[in-house]
Amino acid sequence: MNAVYGLFAGLSALLLVVAGFAVVTRRHFAAVVGFTAFGLLLSLAWVALAAPDVALTEAAVGGGVTGVLLLSASVQMRAKMEVLPSWGVRFIAAVLAAIVTAGLMLVVLMLPDEAPTLAPAAKESLAFTGMGNPATAVLMAYRALDTMLEKVVLLLALVAVWSLGRDHFWGGRPDFDFSTQTSGPLLLLARVLVPVGVLVGIYLFWVGADEPGGAFAGGALIAAMGLLAFFAGVARPPLVGSGWLRWAVVAGIAVFLIVGFGGFWGAGDFLAYPDGLAKPVIVVIEVAMTLSIALTLVLLVVGPPGRRP
Amino acid sequence: MSEALDVFTRIAVSLGAMFFLAGTVGLLRFPDTLSRLHALTKADNLGLGLIVLGLLPQVAWPFGALKLVLVWVLVLAASAASSQLVARKVRGGKDRS
Repeated sequence: MNAVYGLFAGLSALLLVVAGFAVVTRRHFAAVVGFTAFGLLLSLAWVALAAPDVALTEAAVGGGVTGVLLLSASVQMRAKMEVLPSWGVRFIAAVLAAIVTAGLMLVVLMLPDEAPTLAPAAKESLAFTGMGNPATAVLMAYRALDTMLEKVVLLLALVAVWSLGRDHFWGGRPDFDFSTQTSGPLLLLARVLVPVGVLVGIYLFWVGADEPGGAFAGGALIAAMGLLAFFAGVARPPLVGSGWLRWAVVAGIAVFLIVGFGGFWGAGDFLAYPDGLAKPVIVVIEVAMTLSIALTLVLLVVGPPGRRP
Repeated sequence: MSEALDVFTRIAVSLGAMFFLAGTVGLLRFPDTLSRLHALTKADNLGLGLIVLGLLPQVAWPFGALKLVLVWVLVLAASAASSQLVARKVRGGKDRS
């Protein structure tokens, strides 16, 4: 038992050190590398806390997608400007961040010794959802509304990114073309890894019903494969104006809403699943959601349209 | 039989961990980027390979084992390609392919 506590203590100390490094370091690139390492270590911590679902999502989103997003942002900032925010702005940001941290610490310290839990109740109704994984049951059945709103937030982020494009580029491709400067190893990796990675992504989504995985982890992996294909120059980012792209981006939310309003008619409430059909309905939603998540994450990274259509 | 397999697992995983330790020491101590890459790839290829090999008798046959081997192969592909990219960058971005 002591060895386990030692491992926890070591991991926690390492997390603090890496987090501190990411905040304190003055170079953007080093901060992004620190943040990515922090995400991967954090997912290890979730594994140690026996929460593999959270660990997978943290590794895919915190370590992967956010890292790539920040990296491309830091490259663009280096290219366009080297202006730091003023001292006032930085001071206010530091104060706000400190208040949030202090608030979180206070909440954790005030938790009662036997934390209130809904876990037994969640397990009890598991059979009605047709899911074997309680985390997926919470995401897709008990708290499906939250999951849907999460997708709306993702879509709003994409709208915000797209709105940064210039008017005359609207409908064109993002300026993310590496086909002229590609190199052998990257090309090979894109050709070998992308098909396997997409398959693993679909597997992650599928296995999410009964084991750790799910739409977000699977979608993030598929998104990474798409980005790899763009980086290697074997594929080009799609036209932002194309119809299929728009439909695919809103597919997850659209299916969610159709099922949601269908619930009034079929099961008597918004987002209620009809008896016995919960699993197939959830699978349909998750297929659409995985597609939308993968595409949205890719589009967030490649950025606003930067070429004439 | 199962005890022999457990002993095999312990030996192989410990050896793999040794390679990771050695690779980390090399990453910290070696003088230039190319040597550091060399240390890093040893940890990936041999360290992870030995750990996967050691875990094979402990997982469900055949799909659990296949997944573990797949993890190793994917890490090999990714580390080989990224080491190549880093090495090319170090040598002045000359791309002779």
